[in-house]
Amino acid sequence: MQPFTYVRPDTLEQALHEAAEPGASVLAGGTTMVDLMRGDLAAPRRVVDIGHLPGLSEIDLSGPVLRFGALARMADAAEDAALKRDYPALAESLQLAASQQLRNAATLGGNLLQRTRCPYFRNGVSACNKRVPGSGCSALDGEDREMALFGISDACVANYPGDWGTALAAFDTAVEIRSAAASRTVPLANFHVAYGDDPARETVLEQGEIVTAITVRATPAGRGSTYAKVRDRQSYAYALVSAAVALEMDGDTVASARVSLGGVASKPWRSAEAEAVLTGATLTEAAGLRAGEAAFAGARPGRHNAFKVELGRRVVARAALTASRRA
Amino acid sequence: MYIGQGIVRQDGRLKVTGGARYAAEFDVPGCLHAVLVQSTIPAGAITGYDTAQAERMPGVVAIITHQNAGALNQHKAAQQTVTHPFLQDGRIVYNGQHVAVAVADTFERAEAAASAVRVRYAPSEAVTVMDESALSRAYKPKQFQNGEKSPDVSRGDEDAAFAGAPVRVEATYETPVEHHNPMEPHATIAMWRGDTVAVWTSTQGISGVQETLASAFGLPKESVTVVCPYVGGGFGCKGNTWPPATIAALAARHVGRPVKLVVTRPQMFTSNGYRPKTIQKIRLGAGRDGRLLSIRHDGFSQMSDPMLGEFSEPVGVVTQMAYSCRNVAVTHRVVPVNQGLPTYMRAPGESSGMFALESAMDEMAHALRMDPLAFRLANYAERDEQKDKPFASKGLRECYSRAADRFGWRQRNPTPGSMRDGRILVGWGMATSTYPTNRRPCHARIVVRSDGTVLVQSGVQDLGTGTYTIMAQCAADRLGVDIARVSAQLGDSRFPQGPVSGGSATAASVLPAIEAAADALLARLAALAALDPHFAQVPPADIRLDGFDLTAPGRRVPVLQVMARAGLHTVDAEGSSAPGDAYKAHSCHSFGAQFAEIRIDPDFGTIRVSRIVSCFEVGRLLNARTGRSQLLGGIVFGIGMALQEETLVDRATGRIVNSNIADYHVPVNADVPDIEVMTVDAPDLATGALGAKGAGELPMVGVAPAIANAVFHATGRRVRKLPIRVEDVLA
Ligand SMILES: Cc1cc2nc3c(=O)[nH]c(=O)nc-3n(C[C@H](O)[C@H](O)[C@H](O)COP(=O)(O)OP(=O)(O)OC[C@H]3O[C@@H](n4cnc5c(N)ncnc54)[C@H](O)[C@@H]3O)c2cc1C
Repeated sequence: MQPFTYVRPDTLEQALHEAAEPGASVLAGGTTMVDLMRGDLAAPRRVVDIGHLPGLSEIDLSGPVLRFGALARMADAAEDAALKRDYPALAESLQLAASQQLRNAATLGGNLLQRTRCPYFRNGVSACNKRVPGSGCSALDGEDREMALFGISDACVANYPGDWGTALAAFDTAVEIRSAAASRTVPLANFHVAYGDDPARETVLEQGEIVTAITVRATPAGRGSTYAKVRDRQSYAYALVSAAVALEMDGDTVASARVSLGGVASKPWRSAEAEAVLTGATLTEAAGLRAGEAAFAGARPGRHNAFKVELGRRVVARAALTASRRA
Repeated sequence: MYIGQGIVRQDGRLKVTGGARYAAEFDVPGCLHAVLVQSTIPAGAITGYDTAQAERMPGVVAIITHQNAGALNQHKAAQQTVTHPFLQDGRIVYNGQHVAVAVADTFERAEAAASAVRVRYAPSEAVTVMDESALSRAYKPKQFQNGEKSPDVSRGDEDAAFAGAPVRVEATYETPVEHHNPMEPHATIAMWRGDTVAVWTSTQGISGVQETLASAFGLPKESVTVVCPYVGGGFGCKGNTWPPATIAALAARHVGRPVKLVVTRPQMFTSNGYRPKTIQKIRLGAGRDGRLLSIRHDGFSQMSDPMLGEFSEPVGVVTQMAYSCRNVAVTHRVVPVNQGLPTYMRAPGESSGMFALESAMDEMAHALRMDPLAFRLANYAERDEQKDKPFASKGLRECYSRAADRFGWRQRNPTPGSMRDGRILVGWGMATSTYPTNRRPCHARIVVRSDGTVLVQSGVQDLGTGTYTIMAQCAADRLGVDIARVSAQLGDSRFPQGPVSGGSATAASVLPAIEAAADALLARLAALAALDPHFAQVPPADIRLDGFDLTAPGRRVPVLQVMARAGLHTVDAEGSSAPGDAYKAHSCHSFGAQFAEIRIDPDFGTIRVSRIVSCFEVGRLLNARTGRSQLLGGIVFGIGMALQEETLVDRATGRIVNSNIADYHVPVNADVPDIEVMTVDAPDLATGALGAKGAGELPMVGVAPAIANAVFHATGRRVRKLPIRVEDVLA
C-alpha cells in the first residue's frame, strides 16, 4: 500500500470537487478498494471517502423507475421485502453474493464497479495487460478456468465477477453519474466496456465522476424473474456461471424475455440470442436448453473453461423454468 | 475422574472475549514494524538493490538486504531441516522468496517502504510446476521422514504377484499443492537485551524456535526466550521455525530495537511451507476371492531446490500397514521445482496417500463386484505386516461396523447412479482412516501455591485443540484435587521442555509427564508433612493427599497449613516421561472408518456433502468436548481437501496466483453437513499411561477418498485428481 491523503467531505459537491483532483479515487464501502490498495493494484494519492454522504443511500421502488442510491448497502437491497417480491432476480443476485459481513459494508454503486478477480491481475507480478498495458496476458495460456468466454480480446480474457451488475443487465437499467460540472445518465449496456486493445479501461466513468444512483425501469417481468448462480462452494464464492432471466408469460407462452449471463463475460452480458429463442416459445425444459444453447453459441472458451458452455446452457434453462413459474 | 469428561476449555472465555493474546498482540514498548520484500522471479540471482527511495520514506528505519544483514549460522531446526534463513546470499530459487525486509515505525509505513524497494535480478531458467514431464527430475529423498525411515520399502515380490493376479487395477492419482491458511498468520516480535533475545511468536514448537535462533545467532539456548501462549491455528505450517522468525530477530538486532514482523496473507503462501503436490501411481492385484495379492504405491512429491532443505510427502508409509498383503512395494521420490520448501500439513502423507490408496481400493472392490467395506474386511490386517509387530491396539473392525450401521450402509445399492432423490444423484462412499500414534519425551512441573491454587506447566503448545484443559484435567485427577484449583500454563521456554506439537503427539507426550510430576509432588508434600508434628511417627509413604488435605490414618491437616508451618509459599516438583519399551515393541496407530453421502445436481455437477458418519479409535478420549471438536474439525478439513483446496501457480513466473482466502477456498458453514462422530473407547496402554492416542490428524484421513468414492457411486465417474470440481462430474 502506498501513502495517501484521506478526505471525508460532508457534501456530494465537495466530494465531486475532491474526486476531480488528479490521482484521486473514491471509497464507498471499501471492500474492493482497500484490497486493491493493499495489493498495490491501486495507488491513489487521495482517497475520497463518500460512504457516509447523505441522500445517496435511499432505495425507492414506488415509481415507474426504481431508484437505488449508489451508497445503499447490498444488504439493504437484498433484504428489501418489496424487491424480493417484485424483482426477485435483483434481490437474489445480492443474497447470493459475497458474505453477510461484506453485504453489510459494501454499496450497490461499488458493487457495480468492482474489478475482476483474475488472479494474474490480482497477483501483481504476472504479465497482465490490464495492470501493465502491453505486458501481455498470462491467462491466455495459464489457468483460465475463471476467465471469460464473451467480450474478450487477445489482450485480456478477465471475467467481470459482479452478480448485481449481471442481474441488472436483464432489465432496462441506467447509471446516473455526476461530476463537478455536469451530470449524465448512461444505459448499463454502455457503462461497462468490453475489452478491445485497452483492457485497463472497464467503464466509461471518467476521473472526477461519481455514480449517484442506479435506475431500473419498472416492469411486470420483475416478478417473473430469477437469478441462478453456480459456484464452487455452497456460499461465499463468485459465480462459475450465473444467469438472470425475467419473463412475461401469456399462458405457457413467453410474451417477453430478458436474459443476462454472469461469470462468463468481461462485463454484465445480455444475451439477445437467448431472448430471441425464448420469446414466443412454449416454456419447456427443451426450450430452456435451446435458449441456453443460443446464449453460448458465440462463446470463446479457453483451455479450462470450456465446461461453462454446457453448464451455462443448463443454468439458463433452469433459470428460465424458475422464472416462468413465477411469472 | 476429570479425564474423559467434557470439561469446558480453560482458554475458551479468553478467546471469545478477545482476552487471549496472540504473538502479534503483545505490547512491547518501542516496537518497530517489519515487512518482508519477496522476489518476483522464480530463479536467478540478485544483481543489486535500489533502496534509496525506500530509505527516504517517512518513518523508515532500515532496509535490510543480504548485503547488510550480517551472517547467520545455518539453521539447525528441531524437526525437518529448514536449512536456509534467507537474506544471506543473492540466490533466488522461487518466486516469493524473502529478499529484503523494511523496518519502520508503523506497519503501513513499513509496507509502503517494502513495495518501494527495487530489486535487480539476473533471471535463469525455472521449472515452476511438477507435472508428468517434470518427473524425469525425480530423485530419492535423502532425509526421508527426518532420516528415520527408508523411502523405498517392500515385502514379498510385488512384480510377480501383480503379473499373476487375476484381477488388476492400475491408476495414477493426483493431489494439488495446498496451503494451511491458519486464521492467525505467522508473526514474531523480537527483543534483544545485550546478548539475549526474547521472542513472542506463533509456533507449534517453542523449543524448536529456541534451538533455531540459538543456532542462527550463535547463542546458548538459555539466552533465547520464546513465548507463545496461543496459536491461531497451525495445521503444520508452524511446526518448523521458518525464516520470518529468524528475520524478525535479525532485524531487531540490526536496528537495536524490538521489531514485530507479521507475515501478510499473500506472503503466507510462500513463507511457511505447504502440502506438496503429489502424483501417485498405484497398482493392486487381487484374487477373485477378494484377497489382495499385491500392492504397489509409487509416490512423487513436489520439492523445492534442495538448498532450502528437504521434505517429502510420505504418501506410501500408510500403504505398508493398511491391509494384509504379502507382496507390497512402496517408493518415494521428490521432484525439485522452483517453489518454496514444502512441509507437514495435517496428516502429511496419510491424507494424501490414503486418497490414492483408498480410491484404488474402491476401484478394486468395484472390479471384484464386492462391497467396498466387505473388501476391506477381507483384507483386514491383524498385525503390522511390514514392521512385523502387533498393533498396540486396533479397534478398526468395531469402527467399521458401528459407523456402517449408523450410516445405513447395508441399504446401499452398489450400482453407480442407482440411488436418486428425485433428480438428485446420491452417492455413498467409504474409506479407512489411520494415523500413527506418536509420543515424544516431555517434561512438566506442578506448583502448589500458598493461595491454594495449583499450576501445571510444560513447554508445549495449544494449537486451539484443548491442551490447556487436558493438562489441568490430568493434574487434578492425579493429585486428587478439585479442577477449579488447577490452571495450566504452556508455551514458554522457561517452563520444562516439551516437544513440538505435531504428529498428533502432544497429549500422549505431556500427560505422562504431568502424571510423573504429580507423583513427585505428592512425594514432596508427604515428606514435608512427615516433618509436621501432626504426622509424628508416620512414615511419608503412608501420607496421602485427599482433597486438599494431607492425611494418614486418624490424622488430617490442610496442605496450606503444612506449607505455612514449613515457611513455604510454593511447593513444586517436576516430572518427565518418554516413550517406553512397550511403545517400541508395538506398531502404534489410531484408526477410523469414514462414511460419506453426497448429492449431485446432475444438471450443474455441483457436489454437496450431505452426511458424514465416522467412528474413530483414538484410545481414550481425554475430553469429550474438545476431542469431539478435533474430530469434527478434521473431517471439515477433509471436505476442503476433497472439493475445494488447491493452490494455483502461474507457470511462466512461478508465482502463486490465488494467494488470498477469497480465491483459495476452504469450506464455509454451508458446505459442512451433519457430521456424526463416534469413538471406540479403547485405552491404548502401550502408548501412554492414560491410553490416549492422537486425535488431531486421524479424522481428516479418509474423508477425501470417501467423498471421491461417493462421487463414483453417484455418477460412475472415477475422479483421480483433487479437488473434485463441477467440471469433473458434469455429465
Ligand atoms: C471475499 C469477497 C467475496 C466477494 N464475493 C462476491 C460475490 O460473490 N459476488 C459479488 O457480486 N461480489 C462479491 N464481492 C465483491 C463485493 O461485492 C464488492 O467488493 C463490493 O460490492 C464493492 O462495494 P464497496 O462499496 O465496498 O466498493 P469500494 O471498494 O468502496 O469501491 C469499489 C470501486 O468502485 C469505486 N466506487 C465506489 N463507489 C463509487 C461511486 N459511487 N462512484 C464512483 N466510483 C465508485 C471505487 O473507487 C472503487 O474503484 C466479494 C468481495 C470480497 C472481498
